[in-house]
Amino acid sequence: MSYVAIADRDHEQEHHDPQTFITKYVWSQDHKVIAIQYGCTAIFVGLIALGLSAMMRLQLGFPDTFSFINPENYYQFITMHGMIMVIYLLTALFLGGFGNYLIPLMIGSRDMVFPYLNMLSYWVYLLSVLILLASFFVPGGSTGAGWTLYPPQAIMQGTPGIDMGIILMLASLGVFIVAFTMGGLNYVTTVLQARCKGMTLMRMPLSIWGIFMATILGLLAFPALLVSAIMMMLDKTLMTSFFMPAISSMGADPGYTGGSPILFQHLFWFFGHPEVYIVALPAFGIVSDLLSTHARKNIFGYRMMVWAIIAIGGLSFIVWAHHMYVSGMNPYFGFFFATTTLIIAVPTAIKVYNWVLTLWEGNIHLRTPMLFAIGFIFTFIHGGLTGLFLGNVTIDLPLSDTYFVVAHFHMVMGVSPILVVFGAIYHWWPKITGKMYNETLGKWHFWMTFLGTYAIYLPMHYLGFAGVPRRYFAMGNTDFLPESAQDLNAWITVSALFVAATQILFFINVFITLRNGKKADPNPWHANSLEWQTPDTPPRHGNWGHDLPECHRWAYDYSVPGYDDDYIPQNVPANVAPAGRDHGGEH
Amino acid sequence: MPFAVVLILLVVGSIIFHLLSPWTFTPLASNWSMVDVTVDITLYVTGLIFVAVNLFMAYCVIKFRHKAGARATYEPENSRLENWLTWLTALGVAAMLTPGLFVWAQFVDVPDEAHVVEAVGQQWHWTYRYPGEDGKFGEVDAERISDDNPFGIDPDDPNGQDDILVYSPEAHLPVDKPVKFLLRSKDVLHNFTVTEFRVKMDLVPGTSTFLWVTPTKKGRYEVLCEELCGIAHHTMRGAVIVEEQEDFDAWLAQQSTWAENSAKVAGNAQVGAAQYAVCAACHGQNAEGIQALNAPKLAGQSEWYLRKQLANYKSGVRGAHEEDTYGKQMAPMAATLADDAAIANVIAHIRTLPDEPATTTIDGNIENGARLYRVCSYCHADAAQGVQAMNAPRMAGMSDWYLKRQVENFQQDIRGQHPNDYYGFQMGLMARTVYTEQDLNDLIAYINSL
Repeated sequence: MSYVAIADRDHEQEHHDPQTFITKYVWSQDHKVIAIQYGCTAIFVGLIALGLSAMMRLQLGFPDTFSFINPENYYQFITMHGMIMVIYLLTALFLGGFGNYLIPLMIGSRDMVFPYLNMLSYWVYLLSVLILLASFFVPGGSTGAGWTLYPPQAIMQGTPGIDMGIILMLASLGVFIVAFTMGGLNYVTTVLQARCKGMTLMRMPLSIWGIFMATILGLLAFPALLVSAIMMMLDKTLMTSFFMPAISSMGADPGYTGGSPILFQHLFWFFGHPEVYIVALPAFGIVSDLLSTHARKNIFGYRMMVWAIIAIGGLSFIVWAHHMYVSGMNPYFGFFFATTTLIIAVPTAIKVYNWVLTLWEGNIHLRTPMLFAIGFIFTFIHGGLTGLFLGNVTIDLPLSDTYFVVAHFHMVMGVSPILVVFGAIYHWWPKITGKMYNETLGKWHFWMTFLGTYAIYLPMHYLGFAGVPRRYFAMGNTDFLPESAQDLNAWITVSALFVAATQILFFINVFITLRNGKKADPNPWHANSLEWQTPDTPPRHGNWGHDLPECHRWAYDYSVPGYDDDYIPQNVPANVAPAGRDHGGEH
Repeated sequence: MPFAVVLILLVVGSIIFHLLSPWTFTPLASNWSMVDVTVDITLYVTGLIFVAVNLFMAYCVIKFRHKAGARATYEPENSRLENWLTWLTALGVAAMLTPGLFVWAQFVDVPDEAHVVEAVGQQWHWTYRYPGEDGKFGEVDAERISDDNPFGIDPDDPNGQDDILVYSPEAHLPVDKPVKFLLRSKDVLHNFTVTEFRVKMDLVPGTSTFLWVTPTKKGRYEVLCEELCGIAHHTMRGAVIVEEQEDFDAWLAQQSTWAENSAKVAGNAQVGAAQYAVCAACHGQNAEGIQALNAPKLAGQSEWYLRKQLANYKSGVRGAHEEDTYGKQMAPMAATLADDAAIANVIAHIRTLPDEPATTTIDGNIENGARLYRVCSYCHADAAQGVQAMNAPRMAGMSDWYLKRQVENFQQDIRGQHPNDYYGFQMGLMARTVYTEQDLNDLIAYINSL
């Protein structure tokens, strides 16, 4: 029997409509509920990580002031802040949250292809979060090894949390990776198998392309982290020596011999660099859709954008050692990795050009999601360009391990993706909840966040130029820094606390519009992609009512000449529009 | 409109900030001016792109913002434009990468005439080794490291006998001579950074790494550890002194070799007993300490710590600060010990005296003290018995009033701020994590309980 796509066998599928409150909202197999579960959990841990960053900023801005911060818990704060933000917030939110919500709706599917696995993925993720949070409460506290967990220091004397703290951290990462793998296989299979009729790959919205590629990266990259976590766990508990050479720790011989700390770094960054794009690619995709919709213009250079996503994804696996230029690895690697790293700037720059060119001759509606999208372009340009400093092996000599690095990666994978997260939440809020968010609050939230974060991170680069090292509990008196460096640190802290505080605007918006928000139009932005064409808002279980949608065009038919409306949804048959090139047509 | 204006202001503001910022590269003190040139090239190229793209975006936001009846243009792609932009970007990238690769080629290629210095990192100190007259280092092995052999040198290796060992975080270098730093760690990852030299490299236990540099300006430059190495990472500082060849040679001649170190004879307690008579006047016959005379207990304190502090008093590293009333009394007394042998003798005598726990004078909340002591325990050990490898002296059973005064001296920069008091500097940073007198009393009460 020849192969028939899932989308063409709709009537054969069982859908397990939820019967009770528990199956509808708790043990739910509906991708939309799971997405919300993922999203809420991720944002919750993200708030904890935000609190941790406030603590570390208090110490850096005003040293010798706060008695509840000491070197021990300071290093625990920075470690947990970094790990939570990168893995448990951003990865989970973009893939588990947005991936889950958007994939079936945007490709015209009723759900993920493995709904039960999808449910399991969330609960296993929750377990990993609980294990992680438990490490705050064990004797010795959570690990203070820095989010990179470099051995030997991560499991040796001199570092906080070398007992249960590091064990729980490694265990939590392992569990997270199990959760991610369940989710990730699901997302990839769904994109490949469950697209509705007519939804060719080259008609998929860029959000889906970004999430799809990021998931593939995750499936290939996380195993490297998993094995390094397992190996370090063995080094810690069974005294193996994968990463542990013979050393003398505080005057005693801990009994290791023969391992290589640099091996861990290779494994870690073989995961760690693609991880940057696991976060960035969904943001790239989503922001493309936000820009196009609110500028009422097709995304410029769609095919180039798709290929750029694929190229960036592929290249991201051969640049990892640019995190290790001064790690003591063979310095000749520097030539190769500097070259690959700077090459990746080309497809990335193309994406930026195409976003900006999408605005050109557009019809720009500066609604809240659009503000966040354009704000993202600004911060991403900034963060991307500073990457050209650090990626260039020679410039890494003075700047590595300084505040320049901290400023760079917060700009490029902290602020920029978070701006997209907020833009995306505002953008899809009417679809997710059926209520309209408050535009005024949304705009205030944007301005405070956007300007506040720039006030944090622009000056921080200059501390790095001056040579202030990162991960220093305190500078103390030193000859090479002007005294005003401390004033600048205080300024950064004030800005950071300001930004943290203003996030309350977002939560106010969420709560008041959930309670009293205006009922939203099913397609308030006059958007083309399929999620806006559902028969119900918010979409019910199964998404599409009786019949699956059919896709007839790409997602970017905005302001097509000769057509009255300035948008043509993807499910509108081709003959409705005037004859013209069908840009999504080639397959 | 306001959005576009803000974007423009941010671009202009960033440029102004850049031009006016007093926070910028430290003055270069090495041959690596090409590093700075590479930074500048990248700064100009990226700066141009930053300004151009953002201003273009601001222009679009102004020009194409929604107006009633407006309609966007439909233009899916423009291969010509996309190709142009791609190649232009590639050109810019090449302009930044090429100089970078050339400079890196110099960095990985150490000049043959470079002399070699080994910088050894451990939690949380620097020490250095110079190869001596034969120009060769003796073999080292982590398993040989001990208090008597902190470098882990093979005692049978002839190359190691004349190795010059510097038990201090301060290295000296001759100006204008290329130097290759061999970097070695005893325990965890560290990083050797001298900001003014522009180069840095990690120290990796189990292997040796390197960097090279030609110092071009005389002066004192701070050495920083820039790879997280535990809770006192930020206190792991040192210095390199760049000086004329003659001054360097004179300094090097004063340092002792591995063979000389190994041959040192222990102090003579009997000779020391006579010298101790002077000390006994204040510190007591049994070195039990006399609080009324502000003289702390010495009996039971580690040999290495007493030696280091006596040397510090003699050289003015301690007891020179104006407000250090009691230290100023001790300094001239230490000066009466003529040489290292005299110091060794007197300490040998002190080591023979009975080690009764000092009377406690400070009370506090032991539970709170135990919480605070956790940070201290990383160096001073769980029972506050001190750890020589960490340069951390014993505190338990010693004079508690003296301990309190010293912590306060560290907090107030009365102790630990002399440029050669590297270990005191560390303690100064750590002492600041005790905030109130009550906390300090609690902490000391806990140490008394050990």
